[in-house]
Amino acid sequence: MIRTPTTEAAKLIFKRDLTLAWRRWDEVTQPLIFYVVVTTMFPLATTPDLSALRVISGGVVWVAALLASLLALEALFRADVEDGTMEQWVLSGQPLGWLLLAKVAAHWVLTGLPLVIMSPIVGTGLGLPVDAWGVLMLSLLLGTGTLSVLGGIGAALTVGVRRGSVLLSLLVLPLAMPLLIFGARAVGMQMDGDSPAGPLQLLAAIFFMALSLGPIAMSAAIRISVEN
Amino acid sequence: MAFDGALFEARAINAWRGDRHILRDVSFSVRPGEFLKVTGPNGVGKTTLLRVVCGLLPAENGDLIWRGKSIRGNRDEFNTELGYLGHLNSLKADLTARENLRFLAGLRQHLTAADVDAMLDRVGILSRGDLPARSLSAGQKRRLSLARLLLADASLWILDEPVTNLDIAGIRLVEELIVQHVEQGGMAIAAAHQRLLDDAPCLRRLELEP
Repeated sequence: MIRTPTTEAAKLIFKRDLTLAWRRWDEVTQPLIFYVVVTTMFPLATTPDLSALRVISGGVVWVAALLASLLALEALFRADVEDGTMEQWVLSGQPLGWLLLAKVAAHWVLTGLPLVIMSPIVGTGLGLPVDAWGVLMLSLLLGTGTLSVLGGIGAALTVGVRRGSVLLSLLVLPLAMPLLIFGARAVGMQMDGDSPAGPLQLLAAIFFMALSLGPIAMSAAIRISVEN
Repeated sequence: MAFDGALFEARAINAWRGDRHILRDVSFSVRPGEFLKVTGPNGVGKTTLLRVVCGLLPAENGDLIWRGKSIRGNRDEFNTELGYLGHLNSLKADLTARENLRFLAGLRQHLTAADVDAMLDRVGILSRGDLPARSLSAGQKRRLSLARLLLADASLWILDEPVTNLDIAGIRLVEELIVQHVEQGGMAIAAAHQRLLDDAPCLRRLELEP
């Protein structure tokens, strides 16, 4: 028999997670619903005046996206560790970091990408001008991608911990603060007529750093978690 | 398949679970064509030993030798020749039997639909191939796990209670598979309380004592 190349193995995991999500779509849509509901509540609770809402719109969309992403993270590796699939991944002879990155990529497509796509709609509801759509989506694209990897590290560390969700938030939220600051700032600068290039470049830099170091950290954390 | 020259050796393995010193200087070796059965009462550390051998648990000290080289640092190479069947079946309840094999065994070997079907037939659940794993009985799930092990094309099998939940025909199937595997020059290490291949010429025993 022929050994599976690593890229092929990563594709299999990606496809498997999309197949599983298709059969469990109610769990996958939960963060998106949370995102829409939270952003819709702001005008109700504060003021329906769009010019007043416009000032906070970028920040509100970003905070809601951050919390929605976090909501979906806790279960990221849990099922695979509990049913023994993760043991088989560790022993598959494939580099574990790549397999986990493929899983995180599938997770991002299912939870992060829908948030990015919905963001102009929820932003408009908060008075976000059309010319800030591009910057909002780009900043969220980089931000949710980074969050998926950071959250992957956190989820890998806490997967063996009972009720690890509080711990996971404590681990990931401080690391996510720079994303929130730069992301919301980029949207704000665009609305003020300044160039948002600075914060966007910083977001991109953080994204690539997470992408390059994340798999190493995740595989180390998973190896510790399957010991139990 | 021929797995010539392969040899697995464990030298003075020690392992702790929490503050309990479970394995004390356990040494053994397995040659091609041998089946090593690890026996002993509950809680004596059979599963711990098998997990140490796989590398899922770190050994406190001692060394594991595969083909004359220490496994430390050659972990990926060793893993490609290792097939592990744990307590857990490693199945996804929402995927069909075929998908379970394709998505998990496919990580190791390139599989065609015919390979998958042949293995489902070998373990006697071909007719259940398109049912989700959740609707299989406990014994059928175990058989599906065995199919996954067979598809791994590994030379060293590590089996943790392989006959759990299996009926008499299933136990005979496991015995057949092990004998066939070792006759081809493979090796198998299994933890079992039940009678398993008690009179086979390939059998060696490792009794763990509390």
